[in-house]
Amino acid sequence: MAKENATWREANIAGLVLEPGCTAEYNTGTWRVLRPVHDMSKCTHCLICWVYCPDSAIVVENGRWVRFDYDHCKGCGICANECPVKVDAHEYTGKAGKVIQMVEEKSWEKEEKC
Amino acid sequence: MVVSTKMALEGAHASAQAMRQINPDVVAAYPITPQTAIVQTFSQYVADGEVDTEFIAVESEHAAMSACIGAAAAGGRVMTATAANGLALMWEELYIAASLRLPIVMSVVNRALSAPLNIHCDHSDSMGARDAGWIQLYSETGQEAYDNTIQAVRIAEHPDLLLPVMVMQDGFITGHAVELVEVADDASVKEFIGTYTPKYSLLDIDHPVTFGAWDLWDYYFEHKRQQTDAMSKAMKVIVDVGKEFGQVFGRTYGIFDAYAMDDAELAIIVLSSTAGTARTVIRELRKKGLKIGLLKLRVFRPFPAQELVAALKDVKAVAVLDRSISFGAMEGAGPLFLEVCAALFAAGATQKVVNYIYGLGGRDVLPEYIERVASDLQEIADTGKVKSLVNYLGLRE
Repeated sequence: MAKENATWREANIAGLVLEPGCTAEYNTGTWRVLRPVHDMSKCTHCLICWVYCPDSAIVVENGRWVRFDYDHCKGCGICANECPVKVDAHEYTGKAGKVIQMVEEKSWEKEEKC
Repeated sequence: MVVSTKMALEGAHASAQAMRQINPDVVAAYPITPQTAIVQTFSQYVADGEVDTEFIAVESEHAAMSACIGAAAAGGRVMTATAANGLALMWEELYIAASLRLPIVMSVVNRALSAPLNIHCDHSDSMGARDAGWIQLYSETGQEAYDNTIQAVRIAEHPDLLLPVMVMQDGFITGHAVELVEVADDASVKEFIGTYTPKYSLLDIDHPVTFGAWDLWDYYFEHKRQQTDAMSKAMKVIVDVGKEFGQVFGRTYGIFDAYAMDDAELAIIVLSSTAGTARTVIRELRKKGLKIGLLKLRVFRPFPAQELVAALKDVKAVAVLDRSISFGAMEGAGPLFLEVCAALFAAGATQKVVNYIYGLGGRDVLPEYIERVASDLQEIADTGKVKSLVNYLGLRE
């Protein structure tokens, strides 16, 4: 990973990325417009969202859904679209729908509890 | 010990000879008049097994430069050649090659850009690429095209630079004219250019690297600053390589070629083949006592501002000859004139300057045109007044 806030003398030549897989250390989720929110109390841990997520932004431990990786989630909404489990009132949105729902990013104010 | 052979070669064939001796890893090119003679000849070398080069016959110049970029990023020594509209079609990739700091060497056989359709010489093609981040060397003769091509490899690959280099020669006038060219022995050229070991390459699988990644407001600016820093170091490298070339091959190269400039009060600045015509006229005018000299610019990018100011310090009036127009610029001047003006103004110089547009679309440059320039310069020096800033040579008016 290039040094953060490197000057032009310090920055890698031509913007080359010199380590593989370095995106793991870089926040690529800054331009997300819609944010997925998850209702843990209703989740069946089927992990279909984990299978479909194109950015590997769903963290699973011991076969159970743990959290979204918001540093890498682009807010594409595929997880919310594919989620098969219905809820009458979502834990965070209060709305009927699925366990994963999309909300406007700006309304969320970067809370870490989802 | 260099053993040279004198060969009767067209300028384009002289470039092809240099490419054969350089024996690049990859050449990707598309034919376009008047560059075709280079690529056609080189592809024959490939077919005959005289080089080890992987020759990629692509579907366009856009693809040619794209393939060159890929091959150079993979760590290869890469060359190509083009002209006119072909160079224009590479526009996007020219910037990418320079920005990725890939030391690609390209021959450009200068030809007028369409429209109307024209295959003959002017400098509108390479001048259109002047801000792309490539080093630009202009050649007066086939010999210079040959010599510059060999030097270009060393310049481009210099670790302080890693910048692509364009080597120009005038379409047809030089490209298709047969001249005596001293071709060095293959081994001496091979030794001079040495081997290229890129610091980073896609094929170095033990050190994986990404070229051309996303680079936004947070770093793009720093990378552009790096590029301009590399360009600022290029002049020294060009001069050093030109001196070393002279020591090995007997023909030394610098930033420009000054003729009769020692006591000159009037000066003409010009690129490429027209320097020959200007030199001949100046030789005659000198016999008549006119204190006039010639600066034939070899390096246009980076622009040798300080060196030109120094070379012109005792001159009263300067004429800049441009074989292209920067449309919409001050009075429709040419790019070379604009650069010279900027250099002189920034240095606080007070010489009078005048611009002549000439030779567009291959229009002949006759000795009497240069005589007219000399006579105008004398008048400007005598009166201190420039009647017309931008003028045309050989135009029906």
